[in-house]
Amino acid sequence: MSIFNRVFLFLILGSIAVFASGTIDGEIVKQALNIPAIVMFIIFVGATLGITYWAAKRTKSAKDFYTAGGGITGFQNGMAIAGDYMSAASFLGISGLVYLKGYDGLIYSIGFLVGWPIILFMIAEPLRNLGKYTFADVASYRLRQTPIRSLAAAGSIATVILYLIAQMVGAGKLIQLLFGLDYEIAVVLVGVLMILYVTFGGMLATTWVQIIKAFLLLSGATFMAIAVMAHYNFNFGSLFAAAADMRNTESLDIMSPGGLVSDPISAISLAIALMFGTAGLPHILMRFFTVSDAKEARKSVFFATGFIGYFYILTFIIGFGAIVMVFQNPEYLDLAKQAISGGHPILGGKNMAAIHLSHAVGGDFFLGFISAVAFATILAVVSGLTLAGASAISHDLYASVFKKGNADSMAEMRVSKMATVGLGIVAIFMGIAFEQQNIAFVVGLAFAIAASANFPILFLSMYWSKLTTRGAVIGGSLGLTTAVVLVIIGPIVWVDILGNAEAIFPYKYPALFSVTVSFLSIWFISITDKSHDGEAERAAFEAQYIRSQTGIGAEGASEH
Amino acid sequence: MTQELVKKIKANPDYQKLVKTRTAFSIKLTITMLVVYFSFILTIAFNPSALGTPLSSDTVTSIGIPIGIAIIVFAFVLTGIYTKRANGEFDDLSNKIKQAIKED
Repeated sequence: MSIFNRVFLFLILGSIAVFASGTIDGEIVKQALNIPAIVMFIIFVGATLGITYWAAKRTKSAKDFYTAGGGITGFQNGMAIAGDYMSAASFLGISGLVYLKGYDGLIYSIGFLVGWPIILFMIAEPLRNLGKYTFADVASYRLRQTPIRSLAAAGSIATVILYLIAQMVGAGKLIQLLFGLDYEIAVVLVGVLMILYVTFGGMLATTWVQIIKAFLLLSGATFMAIAVMAHYNFNFGSLFAAAADMRNTESLDIMSPGGLVSDPISAISLAIALMFGTAGLPHILMRFFTVSDAKEARKSVFFATGFIGYFYILTFIIGFGAIVMVFQNPEYLDLAKQAISGGHPILGGKNMAAIHLSHAVGGDFFLGFISAVAFATILAVVSGLTLAGASAISHDLYASVFKKGNADSMAEMRVSKMATVGLGIVAIFMGIAFEQQNIAFVVGLAFAIAASANFPILFLSMYWSKLTTRGAVIGGSLGLTTAVVLVIIGPIVWVDILGNAEAIFPYKYPALFSVTVSFLSIWFISITDKSHDGEAERAAFEAQYIRSQTGIGAEGASEH
Repeated sequence: MTQELVKKIKANPDYQKLVKTRTAFSIKLTITMLVVYFSFILTIAFNPSALGTPLSSDTVTSIGIPIGIAIIVFAFVLTGIYTKRANGEFDDLSNKIKQAIKED
């Protein structure tokens, strides 16, 4: 593979790393073939389609479709949750951040991890005990179905579509490169594969695709970290010393915190977005219904936290490995950029640090492997997202709102398959429409909506006896609106995208404000709700609380 | 769930014990995690150089690195502690409550 080819591979992969907010500049050109990457990618697609065929034969009821029959073990589900969470964005983005800023990358990873213990202590068990297919089951347990489900579905669908846009754009550009296909055809290919996995294989296929991908990603990252450490006789001190030698200047100390979190408001707001946002992501919450009971749900979080934590430690080593093995290596230097701005810019920008490192430690073959894994990661994540979105449409909107709970299971499953196809088509069109757009804000917005609308309703419905429908609907909608408005008038959209000189709202992360608005308004409107319905909803709390605490009456696994 | 059953379970001493001990335990662990995380993030916001101090005079490795890794490991250990106790002690109590309902 020539340097020229690699330039474009890196440019394109860079676009996936949404969180790291870097965007790619310049033309994307169709590429010649990267044979090892394509072979490995075809093997992955072949294997996953085989799994889909196997899963299709086992997916007979709506319960199978939404939750794999509730028969996934805690360990498997932990791996699948980790798979949902370890996106291409976090792999490339966090290792790129470590490469560029050193210690700041670790601060970011820790923020993503600490939400998990809290999900375990507060959310996992009542969620499993009260719900069936979606988190709206829990939120609407004792409240009025139509308004609560409509709002929860709106929050879910908004989160899912924002995430899908980010993933589709990155995926389209990646395959465009690997196969030399047009961007449009590449996006259609991703959409079609995802529709196949989800419509035929449902949650069972989606879960196994996620498990395989998590395994591949962890293996690849482990190999890279070991290769880096072997260079330094497994001595962290020497690795850090070599890296500091190369990178430290008067204005940068890679061993200490830099500018990522500079003021307390941003620090707290980011922390709230990550913690509560994680606990409000529909595709993550849905995973808790795939296990048989609360015991397995707890184990899921235990294993997921372990895998995710291990993965973040690996990305930290990989980032430092890239500093010592990529930073001054002329092979990865962007000469054109260096001629203009000097320094040591690498091809494709900082988000390509891990990809360059994979080539530095394992040659073209391993570069192909990591590229194929990055693509598999996107495919797995979009499948999980689409299934969560389709469930919100079929289970919450169709079966509960439209059919008032009287839909038959087969009809509901048909609707969810149609919704999957529909979401796949929407994702394809969005992917094409957003090809040239700056999409750095979308994942942040998805987290803000999840933290400000989904999470407060879910949490208060589980623990606060005085919550009423009126409070949840008005407060949740206010939280959602506040999050959207603050992102639009904040620095990322208002200044970077719309080109205004100064942001109306000065902080990048709105969560501290929008979550506060959401909780306060839900509280105030609930306690002032003197309606008859409100009284009945408060009275129904005790029975719900008993079920959430003990699991008496909870959904079990179906017999297979 | 009928009102009668709700009343019966609420009066069950095992249920009262389960809710009391588990709620206290969950809150204790949640607060522990929050205190650890917010001490870290607020140290970064107010006094970032504290974490940049080298571990000893002959190394560049800063104290922030073992602290950061320790927080990741700590989060995992906390989930382990909760899971172990909940899957043992708390589930035993839940099963006893379910058994008591069946026997009536």
